[in-house]
Amino acid sequence: MGVKLLLEHDHVEGIRYYDTYRKNGGYRAAEKALKMAPADIVEEVKKSGLRGRGGAGFPTGLKWSFLAKPEGVPRHIVCNADESEPGTFKDRYLMEFIPHLLIEGLLVSSFALGSNATYIYIRGEYAWIVDILNQAIAEAKNNGWLGKNIKGTGFDCEIYVHRGAGAYICGEETALLESLEGKRGNPRLKPPFPAVQGVWMRPTVVNNVETIASVVPIINIGGDEYAKIGIGKSTGTKLMSACGNINKPGVYEIDMTISVEEFIFSDEYCGGIKNGKKLKACIPGGSSVPILPANLLLKTAKGETRLMNYESMSDGGFVSGSMIGSGGFEVFDEDQCIVRHTMTLARFYNHESCGQCSPCREGTGWMYKILKNLEYGKGKMSDIDLLWDIQRKIEGNTICPLGDAAAWPVAAAIRHFRDEFEWHIKNPEESQKRNFGLAHYADPIHVAASV
Amino acid sequence: MSEGTPKFKVTVDNITIEVPPGTTILNAARMIGGDVCPPAMCYYSKLKDSGGKCRTCLVEVSKGSEKDPRPMPKLVASCRTTVMDGMEVKNLTSEKVVDARKGVVEFLLLNHPLDCPVCDQAGECDLQNLSYEHGTEGTRYEFKRRTFEKEDIGPYISLHMTRCIMCFRCVFAADQLTEKREHGIMERGDHAQISTYLNKALDHDFIGNVIDVCPVGALTDRTFRFKNRVWFTKPLDAHRDCPKCSGKVRLWTRGEEVFRVTARKDQWGEVEEFICNDCRFHKKEKKDWVIEGPSIIQRSSVISQGHYVGTKKTPVLIDKVIGKEPLHLLNIHDVSDVNRPDIDLSKIEGPAHSDDFNTDHHVSTGLKKWTDNK
Repeated sequence: MGVKLLLEHDHVEGIRYYDTYRKNGGYRAAEKALKMAPADIVEEVKKSGLRGRGGAGFPTGLKWSFLAKPEGVPRHIVCNADESEPGTFKDRYLMEFIPHLLIEGLLVSSFALGSNATYIYIRGEYAWIVDILNQAIAEAKNNGWLGKNIKGTGFDCEIYVHRGAGAYICGEETALLESLEGKRGNPRLKPPFPAVQGVWMRPTVVNNVETIASVVPIINIGGDEYAKIGIGKSTGTKLMSACGNINKPGVYEIDMTISVEEFIFSDEYCGGIKNGKKLKACIPGGSSVPILPANLLLKTAKGETRLMNYESMSDGGFVSGSMIGSGGFEVFDEDQCIVRHTMTLARFYNHESCGQCSPCREGTGWMYKILKNLEYGKGKMSDIDLLWDIQRKIEGNTICPLGDAAAWPVAAAIRHFRDEFEWHIKNPEESQKRNFGLAHYADPIHVAASV
Repeated sequence: MSEGTPKFKVTVDNITIEVPPGTTILNAARMIGGDVCPPAMCYYSKLKDSGGKCRTCLVEVSKGSEKDPRPMPKLVASCRTTVMDGMEVKNLTSEKVVDARKGVVEFLLLNHPLDCPVCDQAGECDLQNLSYEHGTEGTRYEFKRRTFEKEDIGPYISLHMTRCIMCFRCVFAADQLTEKREHGIMERGDHAQISTYLNKALDHDFIGNVIDVCPVGALTDRTFRFKNRVWFTKPLDAHRDCPKCSGKVRLWTRGEEVFRVTARKDQWGEVEEFICNDCRFHKKEKKDWVIEGPSIIQRSSVISQGHYVGTKKTPVLIDKVIGKEPLHLLNIHDVSDVNRPDIDLSKIEGPAHSDDFNTDHHVSTGLKKWTDNK
């Protein structure tokens, strides 16, 4: 059994409610933190090496230390609960079953950074969770953890839940802030960064739900202890939401030392591929990150075992690696069609592009249309190179990372599964009846001897 | 640093210039002028917060600043990135930029209808200029272009949503010039569109300026619709005492007839002063105006076809950019027959006509040679 910090008590009956949560050690971190100096809390988080769990993996302590603190200007913490990445559902699990963990984390972070008004921007589709959170906030308030002069420290804090209106782009931090202000959710140009001018032009920190929740165990066990869990710069535990063709889909807490193979095949986690099929490919970190074929997923290009952590997963860059991203672990068995899957993703990004900058607005639609032709047997050989050229011209040339997120899956699919695309084009009729299958995608790759 | 305000040294395409801190890369390049200036489709210096969206002005920053010489990892939007002391920027000289810009032009033209022959903006369209200068021939797009339902937005302005490139300029203009914004962006992604709230007509006094800020033919003057081609009309600077605006305008005339009134635009295609609807739509006779004289226009503009007095040439900086004299340098406007300086077209009544070139005296040299060889 791996270490469990966040989901330690997730199966305790009634953990959703304050009394049970408190009985199981809840609000210990808050008690401890309120006695500490705010700067010391930031220092603990820095020491812990906690990295943002929303996808980019930026060190949280560093982000907190960037927060500008001008005299007389209020600061805010905004919790990004707009979890819309296809394949990611870990935040939903946290908020739905252990809402007080988030509330406690927010209280500690707000105290550390001096935010008197803290916001949870929640995905519009999570309608029922809004009620759960509001109930948890009310309970916390009744027990003196929120409101005026919390536990006699003189610190005031209110948490407000704000519902989004169903746009993936509002998960991007600056678009989220625009939306929170009541405007159209278009990403802002950076700089200025939110840490200097965020919501209502005030210094703002935007953190993912899991990141905020992780602050609680960090305060409980101390930053140094937290940093000992995991390997290298991947410290602590990470929630993975596993889905796809596996026996046991669900949210798992891992300590980032296990291998990908163990995660997929051990009974403790995913429990192997469904119906005894073979593993073909996997998207390890939510739909935006590059897809990997089975051989590159289990072993790096150097022939080493790939582990479930930030460094190992991105070993080899985008040529032979991927990213752990937001932890949306999607597994594909031999019956899945990569062309169809890429088309589905392209349709998603086309639908969700905000339309602000031209490469993403026009390019995503173009890619979708070409992929649709490929999938339905109307493709041409030149389409593959055209797709490659389009994604190359979108990537890096847009205001926000949605352009990159739309380009990467297409690029990776062509990079690793070009054969399958070509087969679709050469056999338009057959491709409508059967799948390309596993092909050679699980064959061990030849490792060149190191020089 | 010497006394007075400190200046930042910035190098664009090997040409160094000193600019005040806070200047954007684009504006620094504009101070140099000529070809080193990146094109801008959405940035508008008169409108706050505009820019950053179209991505045509992307440049490569090969040296961040004197203090931190690291290059910037991505191409940056020059219209919204401020310069640092010692910054080195590559525009024309960067292959990455040229390639990315080609991509952006292709993206912009992807869903843009090729209805230039019937579009009122043709001849003064920023997208035409952009694709001519930076685009590739032909398109690789094989699908149906997107269409919208036609929308009537009032008696003065006509909206062609299919031509829109989503620069947001009109939204900013309406937001900043009028006290009540009546139009904005609906939907998102490639089906986003400009629309008015509840299809209300736009009736604010300064709303006509959205026509001038529109870089393409999406918003055009309904009172000028299909009346004339812009290159057949002669621009004259004129003014009148207007209680609402500065009254400084440009009249587009043909003989005694005033076809349309617009604000005066500078060399970057940006209006100098916004004008009111009265001046723009209701004063369409020469007697309403005090005429100052012919407007100064860019030599490269297609409008210069009908009028040459005071045309401005863009400075040629290629020798400085590449660090040596070019072997061959050909400016189409110097050799074009149409642009022969001995024909003072501004003195001809009405628009220029092919007959004006066909007199014995004015037979085009190229054509003459060709016929001689026959």
